[in-house]
Amino acid sequence: MSDSVRSTIVSQFDQVAREQKRKLAPLSDDLVLMDSGLDSLCFAIVVARLEDSLGFDPFGVSEDARFPVTLGDFIKFYEDAAK
Amino acid sequence: MPQNDPSSLWESLSGRPNQSDRCIWAPNSEIRLRELVAGSTLNGRLNELRGRSVLILMHDQLTAALALAQIDGIARRLVLCPPDLDGQHIPLVMAMAAVNAVVTDLSPAEVGAIGGNCLIRCSSAVSPGAEVRGKQESTEWILFTSGTSGAPKMVSHSLSSLAGAIKGGSSLDAAIVWSTFYDIRRYGGLQIFLRAMLGGGSLLLSGTEESTADYLGRAAAHSVTHITGTPSHWRRALMSGAAHRILPHYVRLSGEIADQAILDSLRETYPVARIAHAFASTEAGVAFEVEDGLAGIPVSQFAQANGGVELKIEDGSLRVRSPRTAVRYVGSPGATLVDAEGFVDTGDILEQSNGRYHFIGRRGGIINVGGLKVHPEEVEAVINRHPRVQMSLVRSRKNPITGAVVVAEIVLKPELNPSSAATESAGLTREILENCHRALAAHKVPASIRFVPSLDVTPSGKVARPNA
Repeated sequence: MSDSVRSTIVSQFDQVAREQKRKLAPLSDDLVLMDSGLDSLCFAIVVARLEDSLGFDPFGVSEDARFPVTLGDFIKFYEDAAK
Repeated sequence: MPQNDPSSLWESLSGRPNQSDRCIWAPNSEIRLRELVAGSTLNGRLNELRGRSVLILMHDQLTAALALAQIDGIARRLVLCPPDLDGQHIPLVMAMAAVNAVVTDLSPAEVGAIGGNCLIRCSSAVSPGAEVRGKQESTEWILFTSGTSGAPKMVSHSLSSLAGAIKGGSSLDAAIVWSTFYDIRRYGGLQIFLRAMLGGGSLLLSGTEESTADYLGRAAAHSVTHITGTPSHWRRALMSGAAHRILPHYVRLSGEIADQAILDSLRETYPVARIAHAFASTEAGVAFEVEDGLAGIPVSQFAQANGGVELKIEDGSLRVRSPRTAVRYVGSPGATLVDAEGFVDTGDILEQSNGRYHFIGRRGGIINVGGLKVHPEEVEAVINRHPRVQMSLVRSRKNPITGAVVVAEIVLKPELNPSSAATESAGLTREILENCHRALAAHKVPASIRFVPSLDVTPSGKVARPNA
Protein backbone atom coordinates (compact mmCIF):
# COMPACT_ATOMS: atom_id res chain seq x y z
CA MET A 1 0.00 0.00 0.00
CA SER A 2 2.63 2.50 1.06
CA ASP A 3 4.56 2.08 -2.19
CA SER A 4 1.48 2.87 -4.18
CA VAL A 5 0.71 5.94 -2.04
CA ARG A 6 4.24 7.20 -2.62
CA SER A 7 4.17 6.61 -6.36
CA THR A 8 0.70 8.17 -6.68
CA ILE A 9 1.94 11.28 -4.88
CA VAL A 10 5.13 11.53 -6.93
CA SER A 11 3.25 11.16 -10.21
CA GLN A 12 0.78 13.90 -9.15
CA PHE A 13 3.69 16.24 -8.37
CA ASP A 14 5.07 15.56 -11.86
CA GLN A 15 1.75 15.99 -13.60
CA VAL A 16 0.69 19.18 -11.81
CA ALA A 17 4.14 20.74 -12.36
CA ARG A 18 3.79 19.96 -16.08
CA GLU A 19 0.26 21.38 -16.30
CA GLN A 20 1.19 24.55 -14.41
CA LYS A 21 4.47 24.91 -16.35
CA ARG A 22 6.58 24.78 -13.20
CA LYS A 23 10.10 23.43 -12.95
CA LEU A 24 10.02 20.71 -10.34
CA ALA A 25 13.09 20.29 -8.10
CA PRO A 26 14.54 16.75 -7.87
CA LEU A 27 12.18 14.95 -5.48
CA SER A 28 13.70 13.58 -2.28
CA ASP A 29 12.24 13.02 1.17
CA ASP A 30 14.05 15.99 2.70
CA LEU A 31 12.95 18.44 0.00
CA VAL A 32 11.08 21.37 1.62
CA LEU A 33 7.73 21.50 -0.20
CA MET A 34 7.90 25.26 -0.61
CA ASP A 35 11.26 24.82 -2.38
CA SER A 36 9.92 22.20 -4.79
CA GLY A 37 8.99 24.72 -7.48
CA LEU A 38 5.26 24.27 -6.84
CA ASP A 39 3.19 27.13 -5.41
CA SER A 40 0.16 27.01 -3.09
CA LEU A 41 -2.26 26.57 -5.98
CA CYS A 42 -0.23 23.59 -7.25
CA PHE A 43 -0.36 21.95 -3.81
CA ALA A 44 -4.08 22.62 -3.59
CA ILE A 45 -4.50 20.80 -6.94
CA VAL A 46 -2.24 17.93 -5.84
CA VAL A 47 -4.33 17.45 -2.67
CA ALA A 48 -7.61 17.57 -4.65
CA ARG A 49 -6.31 15.02 -7.21
CA LEU A 50 -5.01 12.74 -4.46
CA GLU A 51 -8.44 12.84 -2.86
CA ASP A 52 -9.87 11.71 -6.22
CA SER A 53 -7.37 8.89 -6.69
CA LEU A 54 -6.80 7.68 -3.11
CA GLY A 55 -10.31 8.41 -1.84
CA PHE A 56 -9.28 10.46 1.22
CA ASP A 57 -7.91 13.81 2.32
CA PRO A 58 -5.74 13.39 5.42
CA PHE A 59 -5.86 17.15 6.11
CA GLY A 60 -9.58 16.83 6.70
CA VAL A 61 -9.35 13.97 9.19
CA SER A 62 -5.98 14.25 10.90
CA GLU A 63 -5.81 14.97 14.60
CA ASP A 64 -2.25 16.13 14.07
CA ALA A 65 -2.27 19.88 13.75
CA ARG A 66 1.10 20.01 12.02
CA PHE A 67 1.31 20.91 8.37
CA PRO A 68 3.85 18.85 6.39
CA VAL A 69 7.04 20.76 5.62
CA THR A 70 9.10 18.27 3.59
CA LEU A 71 8.08 15.82 0.86
CA GLY A 72 8.87 13.01 3.33
CA ASP A 73 6.41 14.54 5.87
CA PHE A 74 3.81 14.86 3.12
CA ILE A 75 4.12 11.23 2.01
CA LYS A 76 4.10 9.99 5.62
CA PHE A 77 0.99 12.09 6.29
CA TYR A 78 -0.82 10.26 3.49
CA GLU A 79 0.65 6.83 4.37
CA ASP A 80 -0.45 7.19 8.00
CA ALA A 81 -3.95 8.18 6.92
CA ALA A 82 -4.11 5.18 4.59
CA LYS A 83 -3.42 2.73 7.43
CA MET B 1 -9.44 55.02 16.10
CA PRO B 2 -6.53 55.51 18.38
CA GLN B 3 -5.85 59.03 19.65
CA ASN B 4 -8.34 61.84 19.07
CA ASP B 5 -9.35 60.96 15.47
CA PRO B 6 -6.60 62.66 13.48
CA SER B 7 -7.95 64.31 10.36
CA SER B 8 -5.20 62.76 8.25
CA LEU B 9 -2.38 60.23 8.33
CA TRP B 10 0.10 63.08 8.11
CA GLU B 11 -1.37 64.89 11.09
CA SER B 12 -1.00 61.72 13.10
CA LEU B 13 2.58 61.07 11.93
CA SER B 14 3.84 64.61 12.34
CA GLY B 15 2.00 65.13 15.62
CA ARG B 16 4.35 62.70 17.36
CA PRO B 17 7.44 64.58 18.40
CA ASN B 18 9.04 61.38 19.56
CA GLN B 19 9.13 59.20 16.44
CA SER B 20 12.15 57.44 17.96
CA ASP B 21 13.07 54.70 15.53
CA ARG B 22 9.76 53.98 13.85
CA CYS B 23 10.32 52.52 10.40
CA ILE B 24 8.68 51.05 7.33
CA TRP B 25 10.76 48.12 6.07
CA ALA B 26 10.56 46.72 2.56
CA PRO B 27 12.68 43.80 1.25
CA ASN B 28 15.60 46.00 0.22
CA SER B 29 15.02 49.32 1.89
CA GLU B 30 13.90 51.03 5.05
CA ILE B 31 12.29 54.41 5.64
CA ARG B 32 12.50 56.13 9.01
CA LEU B 33 9.25 57.91 9.70
CA ARG B 34 11.01 60.88 11.29
CA GLU B 35 12.83 61.38 7.97
CA LEU B 36 9.59 61.09 6.04
CA VAL B 37 7.87 63.80 8.09
CA ALA B 38 10.84 66.10 7.46
CA GLY B 39 10.98 65.36 3.72
CA SER B 40 9.09 64.35 0.59
CA THR B 41 8.98 61.68 -2.12
CA LEU B 42 6.89 63.90 -4.44
CA ASN B 43 9.53 66.35 -5.71
CA GLY B 44 7.95 69.34 -3.99
CA ARG B 45 4.71 68.93 -5.97
CA LEU B 46 2.35 67.84 -3.19
CA ASN B 47 0.26 71.01 -3.31
CA GLU B 48 -0.63 70.44 -6.96
CA LEU B 49 -2.76 67.57 -5.67
CA ARG B 50 -4.87 69.75 -3.41
CA GLY B 51 -8.57 69.12 -3.91
CA ARG B 52 -7.96 66.62 -6.72
CA SER B 53 -9.09 63.05 -7.31
CA VAL B 54 -5.73 61.26 -7.30
CA LEU B 55 -5.00 57.85 -8.81
CA ILE B 56 -2.27 56.01 -6.88
CA LEU B 57 -0.79 53.72 -9.54
CA MET B 58 2.40 51.99 -8.41
CA HIS B 59 4.61 49.01 -9.10
CA ASP B 60 6.24 49.29 -5.72
CA GLN B 61 4.35 48.79 -2.48
CA LEU B 62 6.66 50.95 -0.36
CA THR B 63 6.37 53.85 -2.83
CA ALA B 64 2.59 53.54 -2.60
CA ALA B 65 2.72 53.56 1.21
CA LEU B 66 4.81 56.74 1.29
CA ALA B 67 2.53 58.46 -1.23
CA LEU B 68 -0.58 57.62 0.81
CA ALA B 69 1.00 58.96 4.00
CA GLN B 70 1.69 62.29 2.31
CA ILE B 71 -1.37 62.79 0.11
CA ASP B 72 -4.12 61.85 2.58
CA GLY B 73 -5.46 65.15 3.92
CA ILE B 74 -4.49 67.06 0.75
CA ALA B 75 -6.38 65.30 -2.06
CA ARG B 76 -10.15 65.28 -2.26
CA ARG B 77 -10.00 61.62 -3.19
CA LEU B 78 -7.40 58.83 -3.21
CA VAL B 79 -8.02 56.02 -5.69
CA LEU B 80 -5.80 53.16 -4.62
CA CYS B 81 -5.02 50.74 -7.47
CA PRO B 82 -4.36 47.14 -6.45
CA PRO B 83 -1.00 45.68 -7.56
CA ASP B 84 -2.59 43.44 -10.18
CA LEU B 85 -4.84 46.02 -11.84
CA ASP B 86 -5.08 45.22 -15.54
CA GLY B 87 -3.57 48.20 -17.39
CA GLN B 88 -6.38 48.17 -19.94
CA HIS B 89 -8.83 49.16 -17.18
CA ILE B 90 -6.96 52.35 -16.25
CA PRO B 91 -8.94 54.70 -18.56
CA LEU B 92 -12.21 53.23 -17.26
CA VAL B 93 -11.11 53.58 -13.63
CA MET B 94 -10.11 57.20 -14.25
CA ALA B 95 -13.50 57.96 -15.74
CA MET B 96 -15.44 56.13 -13.02
CA ALA B 97 -13.63 57.92 -10.19
CA ALA B 98 -13.36 61.32 -11.95
CA VAL B 99 -9.57 61.15 -11.61
CA ASN B 100 -7.70 64.35 -12.47
CA ALA B 101 -4.22 63.58 -11.13
CA VAL B 102 -1.99 60.51 -11.29
CA VAL B 103 0.80 59.74 -8.84
CA THR B 104 2.93 56.89 -10.11
CA ASP B 105 6.30 55.15 -10.29
CA LEU B 106 5.42 53.61 -13.68
CA SER B 107 7.00 54.71 -16.95
CA PRO B 108 4.90 57.05 -19.14
CA ALA B 109 4.34 54.18 -21.60
CA GLU B 110 2.92 51.99 -18.83
CA VAL B 111 0.62 54.74 -17.56
CA GLY B 112 -0.77 55.39 -21.04
CA ALA B 113 -2.84 58.39 -22.07
CA ILE B 114 -4.00 60.48 -19.13
CA GLY B 115 -5.27 63.47 -21.08
CA GLY B 116 -4.61 66.86 -19.55
CA ASN B 117 -4.38 65.49 -16.03
CA CYS B 118 -1.66 66.31 -13.56
CA LEU B 119 1.04 63.59 -13.52
CA ILE B 120 3.47 63.34 -10.62
CA ARG B 121 6.37 60.90 -10.39
CA CYS B 122 6.88 59.45 -6.97
CA SER B 123 9.89 57.56 -5.68
CA SER B 124 10.65 55.50 -2.60
CA ALA B 125 13.56 57.77 -1.66
CA VAL B 126 12.83 60.62 0.74
CA SER B 127 14.38 63.98 -0.21
CA PRO B 128 14.95 66.33 2.66
CA GLY B 129 12.76 69.41 2.88
CA ALA B 130 9.14 69.11 3.98
CA GLU B 131 6.34 70.20 1.64
CA VAL B 132 4.12 73.12 2.66
CA ARG B 133 0.83 71.45 3.51
CA GLY B 134 -1.56 74.19 4.55
CA LYS B 135 -5.16 73.31 5.38
CA GLN B 136 -6.12 69.62 5.76
CA GLU B 137 -9.12 68.21 4.04
CA SER B 138 -11.02 65.07 4.73
CA THR B 139 -9.92 62.72 1.94
CA GLU B 140 -12.24 60.11 0.49
CA TRP B 141 -10.55 56.71 -0.01
CA ILE B 142 -11.61 54.68 -3.06
CA LEU B 143 -10.75 50.98 -2.93
CA PHE B 144 -11.24 48.17 -5.43
CA THR B 145 -13.37 45.24 -4.33
CA SER B 146 -11.48 41.95 -4.39
CA GLY B 147 -10.72 40.16 -7.63
CA THR B 148 -13.84 39.40 -9.57
CA SER B 149 -13.83 39.08 -13.32
CA GLY B 150 -14.62 41.85 -15.77
CA ALA B 151 -14.65 45.57 -15.10
CA PRO B 152 -13.26 46.79 -11.78
CA LYS B 153 -15.67 47.70 -9.00
CA MET B 154 -14.83 50.38 -6.47
CA VAL B 155 -16.22 51.48 -3.13
CA SER B 156 -15.89 54.66 -1.08
CA HIS B 157 -14.39 54.68 2.43
CA SER B 158 -13.08 57.30 4.83
CA LEU B 159 -9.95 57.18 6.97
CA SER B 160 -12.05 56.48 10.04
CA SER B 161 -14.10 53.67 8.43
CA LEU B 162 -10.85 51.99 7.35
CA ALA B 163 -8.88 52.47 10.54
CA GLY B 164 -11.52 51.76 13.14
CA ALA B 165 -11.33 48.03 13.30
CA ILE B 166 -8.13 46.33 14.26
CA LYS B 167 -7.92 45.41 17.90
CA GLY B 168 -4.78 44.17 19.53
CA GLY B 169 -2.58 47.12 18.80
CA SER B 170 -4.66 50.11 19.63
CA SER B 171 -2.28 51.51 22.19
CA LEU B 172 0.32 54.01 21.06
CA ASP B 173 3.05 51.55 21.74
CA ALA B 174 6.20 52.19 19.72
CA ALA B 175 7.36 48.65 20.41
CA ILE B 176 4.63 47.18 18.20
CA VAL B 177 5.93 45.98 14.86
CA TRP B 178 3.13 45.28 12.44
CA SER B 179 3.38 43.11 9.38
CA THR B 180 1.07 41.55 6.86
CA PHE B 181 1.29 38.92 4.15
CA TYR B 182 -1.17 41.10 2.23
CA ASP B 183 -0.15 43.88 -0.07
CA ILE B 184 -1.19 47.13 1.66
CA ARG B 185 -3.15 48.13 -1.46
CA ARG B 186 -5.73 45.47 -0.60
CA TYR B 187 -8.27 45.98 2.17
CA GLY B 188 -6.67 43.45 4.55
CA GLY B 189 -3.23 45.01 4.17
CA LEU B 190 -4.41 48.60 4.15
CA GLN B 191 -5.86 48.21 7.64
CA ILE B 192 -2.45 47.16 8.93
CA PHE B 193 -0.71 50.04 7.17
CA LEU B 194 -3.16 52.52 8.70
CA ARG B 195 -2.95 50.95 12.12
CA ALA B 196 0.84 51.18 12.07
CA MET B 197 0.79 54.79 10.87
CA LEU B 198 -1.95 55.96 13.25
CA GLY B 199 -0.70 53.95 16.21
CA GLY B 200 2.81 54.18 17.46
CA GLY B 201 4.55 51.27 15.82
CA SER B 202 6.61 50.25 12.83
CA LEU B 203 5.61 48.28 9.73
CA LEU B 204 7.31 45.51 7.77
CA LEU B 205 6.01 45.08 4.21
CA SER B 206 6.01 41.72 2.43
CA GLY B 207 7.75 41.53 -0.95
CA THR B 208 6.00 40.57 -4.17
CA GLU B 209 8.91 38.45 -5.39
CA GLU B 210 9.94 37.19 -1.98
CA SER B 211 9.58 33.59 -0.78
CA THR B 212 7.50 32.96 2.34
CA ALA B 213 10.62 31.76 4.19
CA ASP B 214 12.55 34.93 3.28
CA TYR B 215 9.65 37.13 4.35
CA LEU B 216 9.38 35.35 7.68
CA GLY B 217 13.15 35.62 8.10
CA ARG B 218 12.94 39.41 7.74
CA ALA B 219 9.92 39.47 10.05
CA ALA B 220 12.01 37.62 12.64
CA ALA B 221 14.99 39.94 12.19
CA HIS B 222 12.78 42.97 12.89
CA SER B 223 10.93 41.26 15.77
CA VAL B 224 7.44 41.53 14.26
CA THR B 225 4.84 41.43 17.04
CA HIS B 226 1.51 41.71 15.16
CA ILE B 227 1.06 39.83 11.90
CA THR B 228 -1.92 39.20 9.65
CA GLY B 229 -2.83 37.21 6.55
CA THR B 230 -5.41 34.92 5.01
CA PRO B 231 -5.68 31.29 6.10
CA SER B 232 -3.95 30.47 2.78
CA HIS B 233 -1.05 32.77 3.65
CA TRP B 234 -0.75 31.06 7.03
CA ARG B 235 -0.86 27.55 5.56
CA ARG B 236 1.95 28.55 3.24
CA ALA B 237 3.88 29.91 6.21
CA LEU B 238 3.44 26.65 8.13
CA MET B 239 4.54 24.61 5.12
CA SER B 240 7.60 26.81 4.56
CA GLY B 241 9.24 25.41 7.67
CA ALA B 242 10.01 29.00 8.71
CA ALA B 243 6.85 29.79 10.70
CA HIS B 244 8.57 29.11 14.01
CA ARG B 245 11.17 31.81 13.34
CA ILE B 246 8.80 34.58 14.43
CA LEU B 247 7.39 35.02 17.94
CA PRO B 248 4.31 37.18 17.40
CA HIS B 249 2.06 38.40 20.22
CA TYR B 250 -0.89 38.69 17.88
CA VAL B 251 -1.79 36.57 14.86
CA ARG B 252 -4.80 37.37 12.73
CA LEU B 253 -6.55 35.54 9.91
CA SER B 254 -9.08 37.13 7.58
CA GLY B 255 -10.26 37.16 3.98
CA GLU B 256 -11.21 33.48 3.88
CA ILE B 257 -12.90 30.95 6.12
CA ALA B 258 -10.59 29.91 8.96
CA ASP B 259 -11.06 26.17 9.56
CA GLN B 260 -10.26 24.33 12.78
CA ALA B 261 -7.10 22.73 11.33
CA ILE B 262 -5.40 26.04 10.59
CA LEU B 263 -6.44 27.49 13.96
CA ASP B 264 -5.05 24.44 15.76
CA SER B 265 -1.80 24.52 13.79
CA LEU B 266 -1.25 28.17 14.60
CA ARG B 267 -2.02 27.59 18.25
CA GLU B 268 0.57 24.82 18.34
CA THR B 269 3.16 26.96 16.54
CA TYR B 270 2.48 30.13 18.59
CA PRO B 271 1.37 28.89 22.02
CA VAL B 272 1.36 32.29 23.71
CA ALA B 273 0.06 34.50 20.87
CA ARG B 274 -3.43 35.92 20.71
CA ILE B 275 -4.91 34.25 17.63
CA ALA B 276 -7.94 35.92 16.08
CA HIS B 277 -9.93 35.14 12.97
CA ALA B 278 -11.94 37.94 11.52
CA PHE B 279 -14.55 38.50 8.89
CA ALA B 280 -13.72 41.46 6.72
CA SER B 281 -14.40 42.58 3.17
CA THR B 282 -13.74 45.77 1.27
CA GLU B 283 -17.47 46.46 1.14
CA ALA B 284 -18.55 45.42 4.64
CA GLY B 285 -15.44 46.41 6.58
CA VAL B 286 -14.42 44.32 9.57
CA ALA B 287 -17.57 42.73 10.93
CA PHE B 288 -16.23 40.66 13.80
CA GLU B 289 -13.21 39.02 15.34
CA VAL B 290 -13.22 35.68 17.11
CA GLU B 291 -10.48 34.83 19.61
CA ASP B 292 -11.65 31.62 21.30
CA GLY B 293 -9.61 29.37 19.00
CA LEU B 294 -12.64 27.73 17.44
CA ALA B 295 -13.85 27.94 13.84
CA GLY B 296 -17.11 29.79 13.22
CA ILE B 297 -18.66 32.63 15.20
CA PRO B 298 -20.50 32.23 18.51
CA VAL B 299 -24.21 33.00 18.01
CA SER B 300 -23.94 35.28 21.06
CA GLN B 301 -21.76 37.65 19.03
CA PHE B 302 -24.80 38.36 16.85
CA ALA B 303 -26.93 39.44 19.79
CA GLN B 304 -24.85 42.38 20.91
CA ALA B 305 -23.67 45.30 18.83
CA ASN B 306 -19.91 45.29 19.27
CA GLY B 307 -18.07 48.53 18.56
CA GLY B 308 -21.14 49.80 16.73
CA VAL B 309 -21.25 46.75 14.45
CA GLU B 310 -24.61 45.05 14.01
CA LEU B 311 -24.88 41.64 12.37
CA LYS B 312 -27.89 39.75 11.08
CA ILE B 313 -28.69 36.92 8.75
CA GLU B 314 -31.28 37.38 6.05
CA ASP B 315 -32.01 34.94 3.24
CA GLY B 316 -29.12 32.90 4.58
CA SER B 317 -26.45 35.55 4.12
CA LEU B 318 -24.55 37.72 6.56
CA ARG B 319 -25.60 41.40 6.67
CA VAL B 320 -23.50 44.06 8.39
CA ARG B 321 -24.35 47.56 9.54
CA SER B 322 -21.46 49.50 11.03
CA PRO B 323 -19.37 52.66 10.84
CA ARG B 324 -16.71 50.54 9.10
CA THR B 325 -18.67 49.59 6.00
CA ALA B 326 -17.98 51.33 2.73
CA VAL B 327 -20.46 54.11 1.98
CA ARG B 328 -21.35 53.40 -1.65
CA TYR B 329 -20.11 52.05 -4.96
CA VAL B 330 -18.21 54.54 -7.08
CA GLY B 331 -18.91 54.97 -10.77
CA SER B 332 -21.40 52.08 -10.97
CA PRO B 333 -24.79 53.75 -11.38
CA GLY B 334 -27.61 51.58 -10.14
CA ALA B 335 -25.43 49.36 -7.94
CA THR B 336 -26.58 49.59 -4.33
CA LEU B 337 -24.17 48.82 -1.53
CA VAL B 338 -26.37 49.33 1.53
CA ASP B 339 -30.07 48.49 1.86
CA ALA B 340 -32.73 50.90 3.11
CA GLU B 341 -31.79 50.11 6.72
CA GLY B 342 -28.08 50.64 6.14
CA PHE B 343 -27.02 46.97 6.03
CA VAL B 344 -24.45 45.64 3.55
CA ASP B 345 -25.21 42.17 2.18
CA THR B 346 -21.90 40.28 2.24
CA GLY B 347 -23.19 37.44 0.03
CA ASP B 348 -21.59 34.97 2.44
CA ILE B 349 -23.90 32.14 3.44
CA LEU B 350 -23.90 31.06 7.10
CA GLU B 351 -25.40 28.03 8.78
CA GLN B 352 -25.94 27.54 12.49
CA SER B 353 -24.85 24.44 14.36
CA ASN B 354 -23.95 23.89 18.03
CA GLY B 355 -24.26 27.51 19.04
CA ARG B 356 -21.99 28.82 16.29
CA TYR B 357 -22.46 30.14 12.79
CA HIS B 358 -20.26 28.63 10.10
CA PHE B 359 -19.58 29.93 6.63
CA ILE B 360 -20.59 27.42 4.02
CA GLY B 361 -19.87 29.42 0.88
CA ARG B 362 -21.00 32.35 -1.18
CA ARG B 363 -24.31 33.21 -2.78
CA GLY B 364 -24.27 32.62 -6.50
CA GLY B 365 -21.72 29.88 -5.96
CA ILE B 366 -18.78 32.29 -6.19
CA ILE B 367 -15.68 30.30 -5.28
CA ASN B 368 -12.86 31.76 -3.17
CA VAL B 369 -9.53 30.15 -4.15
CA GLY B 370 -6.91 31.47 -1.76
CA GLY B 371 -8.60 34.89 -1.67
CA LEU B 372 -9.27 35.10 -5.43
CA LYS B 373 -12.88 34.90 -6.53
CA VAL B 374 -14.10 32.67 -9.33
CA HIS B 375 -17.49 32.86 -11.01
CA PRO B 376 -18.48 29.29 -11.91
CA GLU B 377 -20.30 30.46 -15.06
CA GLU B 378 -17.08 31.81 -16.52
CA VAL B 379 -15.36 28.44 -16.17
CA GLU B 380 -18.41 26.51 -17.40
CA ALA B 381 -18.49 28.65 -20.55
CA VAL B 382 -14.93 27.59 -21.39
CA ILE B 383 -15.57 23.91 -20.63
CA ASN B 384 -18.74 23.96 -22.74
CA ARG B 385 -16.78 25.09 -25.79
CA HIS B 386 -15.37 21.58 -26.16
CA PRO B 387 -17.35 19.87 -28.92
CA ARG B 388 -18.05 16.76 -26.85
CA VAL B 389 -19.37 18.57 -23.78
CA GLN B 390 -23.11 18.85 -23.38
CA MET B 391 -23.21 20.70 -20.09
CA SER B 392 -21.11 21.28 -17.03
CA LEU B 393 -21.37 22.35 -13.41
CA VAL B 394 -18.47 24.10 -11.75
CA ARG B 395 -18.42 24.26 -7.99
CA SER B 396 -16.23 24.70 -4.96
CA ARG B 397 -14.50 21.88 -3.13
CA LYS B 398 -13.01 22.46 0.32
CA ASN B 399 -9.23 22.41 0.24
CA PRO B 400 -6.70 22.49 3.07
CA ILE B 401 -4.19 24.64 1.17
CA THR B 402 -6.22 27.37 -0.55
CA GLY B 403 -9.49 27.05 1.38
CA ALA B 404 -11.27 25.93 -1.78
CA VAL B 405 -10.51 24.77 -5.30
CA VAL B 406 -12.60 24.74 -8.45
CA VAL B 407 -13.96 21.35 -9.52
CA ALA B 408 -16.13 20.47 -12.52
CA GLU B 409 -18.77 17.86 -13.26
CA ILE B 410 -19.33 17.32 -16.94
CA VAL B 411 -22.08 15.62 -18.95
CA LEU B 412 -20.89 14.49 -22.38
CA LYS B 413 -22.97 14.41 -25.53
CA PRO B 414 -24.83 11.11 -25.91
CA GLU B 415 -22.76 9.63 -28.75
CA LEU B 416 -19.84 9.15 -26.42
CA ASN B 417 -19.83 7.41 -23.11
CA PRO B 418 -16.39 7.66 -21.54
CA SER B 419 -17.19 5.42 -18.61
CA SER B 420 -16.75 2.54 -21.02
CA ALA B 421 -13.44 3.89 -22.29
CA ALA B 422 -11.11 5.07 -19.57
CA THR B 423 -8.36 6.08 -21.97
CA GLU B 424 -10.73 8.26 -23.94
CA SER B 425 -11.86 9.91 -20.71
CA ALA B 426 -8.26 10.71 -19.76
CA GLY B 427 -7.69 12.27 -23.20
CA LEU B 428 -10.85 14.36 -22.90
CA THR B 429 -9.88 15.54 -19.44
CA ARG B 430 -6.54 16.66 -20.81
CA GLU B 431 -8.12 18.49 -23.76
CA ILE B 432 -10.64 20.29 -21.55
CA LEU B 433 -7.96 21.30 -19.06
CA GLU B 434 -5.80 22.60 -21.89
CA ASN B 435 -8.70 24.74 -23.13
CA CYS B 436 -9.15 26.08 -19.61
CA HIS B 437 -5.44 26.86 -19.19
CA ARG B 438 -5.47 28.79 -22.44
CA ALA B 439 -8.54 30.88 -21.58
CA LEU B 440 -8.48 31.30 -17.79
CA ALA B 441 -6.22 32.40 -14.94
CA ALA B 442 -4.59 29.42 -13.20
CA HIS B 443 -6.79 29.58 -10.07
CA LYS B 444 -9.93 29.29 -12.24
CA VAL B 445 -8.88 26.06 -13.96
CA PRO B 446 -10.62 23.04 -12.40
CA ALA B 447 -8.36 21.03 -10.09
CA SER B 448 -10.53 18.01 -10.73
CA ILE B 449 -12.89 16.94 -13.50
CA ARG B 450 -15.50 14.21 -13.15
CA PHE B 451 -17.73 12.90 -15.93
CA VAL B 452 -21.29 12.32 -14.74
CA PRO B 453 -24.32 10.82 -16.51
CA SER B 454 -26.55 13.84 -15.79
CA LEU B 455 -26.88 17.11 -13.90
CA ASP B 456 -30.00 18.53 -12.26
CA VAL B 457 -31.69 21.27 -14.21
CA THR B 458 -34.07 23.84 -12.67
CA PRO B 459 -37.57 24.44 -14.09
CA SER B 460 -36.18 27.56 -15.77
CA GLY B 461 -33.72 25.39 -17.67
CA LYS B 462 -30.54 26.32 -15.81
CA VAL B 463 -28.08 23.95 -14.21
CA ALA B 464 -29.15 23.62 -10.57
CA ARG B 465 -26.49 25.02 -8.25
CA PRO B 466 -26.29 23.60 -4.79
CA ASN B 467 -26.75 26.55 -2.41
CA ALA B 468 -23.34 28.20 -2.09
